[in-house]
Amino acid sequence: MSSTVNVNVHHVTRVEGHGNIVLNATDGKIEKLEWQVPEAPRFFEAMVRGRSYEDIQTIVSRICGICSITHSLASTKAVENAMGIEVSEQADKIRILMHYSEQLQSHILHVGYLAAPDFFGVPSVVPLVAKAGDAVKTIIGLHRLANEWSDLIAGRTTHPVTLRPGGLTKIPTESQLRELQERLKKCVPDLKAVAEVLLSVAEHIPSFDRETEYVALRQDDPPTYTFYHGDITSTDYDGTVPVNDWKTVANEYVNDQSTAKWTKWHRGSYAVGALARFNNNAELLSPMARDVAKMFGLKKGCCNPYMNTIAQVVECVHVVENSIGLIDQLLTAGLKEETVRVSPKAGKASGCVEAPRGILFHEYEFDRKGHCVGADICIPTNQNHASIQDDFEKLVPEILDEGEDQVRRKLEMLVRSYDPCISCSTHMLDVTFVR
Amino acid sequence: MAKPKVAIFDFACCEGCQLQIVNLEEEILDLLGVADVVEWREAMSEKCDAYDIAIVEGSITRLEDEERVKLIRSRAKVLIALGACATIGGINKLKNNFDDMDEVKKCVYGRAAHRSHLRTMPTKAVDEVVQVDYYVHGCPIDRKEFTYIVRCLLMGKTPEVPEYPVCVECKAKGNPCLWEYDQVCLGPIIRAGCGARCPSSGFRCFGCRGYVDDPNVEAAKDVIDRYSLDIDDLRTKMVLFGSQQEPTTYE
Repeated sequence: MSSTVNVNVHHVTRVEGHGNIVLNATDGKIEKLEWQVPEAPRFFEAMVRGRSYEDIQTIVSRICGICSITHSLASTKAVENAMGIEVSEQADKIRILMHYSEQLQSHILHVGYLAAPDFFGVPSVVPLVAKAGDAVKTIIGLHRLANEWSDLIAGRTTHPVTLRPGGLTKIPTESQLRELQERLKKCVPDLKAVAEVLLSVAEHIPSFDRETEYVALRQDDPPTYTFYHGDITSTDYDGTVPVNDWKTVANEYVNDQSTAKWTKWHRGSYAVGALARFNNNAELLSPMARDVAKMFGLKKGCCNPYMNTIAQVVECVHVVENSIGLIDQLLTAGLKEETVRVSPKAGKASGCVEAPRGILFHEYEFDRKGHCVGADICIPTNQNHASIQDDFEKLVPEILDEGEDQVRRKLEMLVRSYDPCISCSTHMLDVTFVR
Repeated sequence: MAKPKVAIFDFACCEGCQLQIVNLEEEILDLLGVADVVEWREAMSEKCDAYDIAIVEGSITRLEDEERVKLIRSRAKVLIALGACATIGGINKLKNNFDDMDEVKKCVYGRAAHRSHLRTMPTKAVDEVVQVDYYVHGCPIDRKEFTYIVRCLLMGKTPEVPEYPVCVECKAKGNPCLWEYDQVCLGPIIRAGCGARCPSSGFRCFGCRGYVDDPNVEAAKDVIDRYSLDIDDLRTKMVLFGSQQEPTTYE
């Protein structure tokens, strides 16, 4: 069978930002196969230059609307590390609770609104209302819960306004936390229902494997399935690298296919995100999250990038279960009003957290008045671009005989499974079949 | 009457304002009952060139984007600017404070800055390129204000957007003034309509809704004097969202 396939997806839909897929193959020979990132660059590292340490979070939160809490936390941690500012245990726990709300919001958005239509063979979530109305309503309910949870802890759904170097500007009341905890307990059956629905269409998840290096945070003290504390590790590396040394991990370079920078560590590419966290830390998941992983046969060492979406479902259960416990800890200790006083000083340091779509690094340098003199930000989607390209190169020869529509669908699904956030990485995503 | 066709487009931004539309949750289903969403890349695979209402998010930062927004304008009967990046240029205008765009590029891309696909130009709000019919302010937009403005538009009414400062809403909520807590808050000069959301969380107003039409500059000066601050303290906060937005100087 002669397999001449031309795929040209200009701006892949149902992803955050703009990216293109270009594939030209004649008689089974691949002439061009590229994952391109044409997003308009936004130059955040320039925007923060000269700005006060207390305004950095306000600016860099705007890197991404979906993971604004994550960017806010990474930058605030970097400022605190650079100036030696301590954060109380209570503030630390509330921040983690804030971060969990965003993991749930972003994962539900991706699983329910962006990825699920592929499993049902429809172009968007809108036709799903007729096809699987109850499931859509459950998804909407979970999304609403995640957003109201962010509202409570972060002051707003998007772009938090309760964070400040050294702590928080406002904390929830004990009764608000109790109410949140009740709602979280009640949503567990909904999460399980979503998992069941996905399991019923799981045969639409393409089977594909490529041995990949997976990079994520690791926290040993105490051992935690971490999104917030810890050092950097990978499935190719037994030890950990301190957060301040993240540049020895990312090794960023500029590629002509993209306005976003690419990265590599032990191999030509590495991947980050829910599957990367799972592959590094799965044994530390909450009991219910482990059960959900089992439902899908998801095990440590999984090298099917399409399973990232399932790993996100597993993490949804984990963050909800863990938050219920975290609220118990906060309530048992009793909430205290804390006054934060910080004064700026010169310094340079990094802050690192796990965004829903993978590990995120922020680095800043400040002068003695606390004005930013330099910044470097390395975003999860950038760290996935090279891995997407490598997946393309292994996948396409395997599926070239399946016809143009199927090739195109699988490539788009692959990009989507990484849950790319191209605004973050600059802004990008388009698949183009050149003719 | 046929349902109006709505298309949603994004330019340079974080897409957080589109997200607020998604965050309407169940209410989106109502919206879909009165309007046909024909294109929305972030949420749907469908594309369409025929639409009545264009909702534009983001700032214009490249020549090709100027062309694209002009094309969108030519196709749409009504154009709505969605969120601070579109209404005032927002945070993207911070880079306009550099004299030279090459310097901006070098900050991010170093020696690779000359590569042609990394081109950029000073940021423009949407109305610096094409006519805008409705503005939904804020970073991000307020979901309730968005549905209110869309509702007015569908009913042929003119929406009322506050022309008084954030302080009015903040005082009405009984919040303590953040100036008393050493925070340089832009409440006195920024357009209300947000319900003083940030000051209510103990966080200074940083001006995401843009200046009120006729800001009381004298009153702002009094505040600065009362708290023994330098005009520069105010200026450094004003550039966050208000870079090169009129009025930008406080004499």
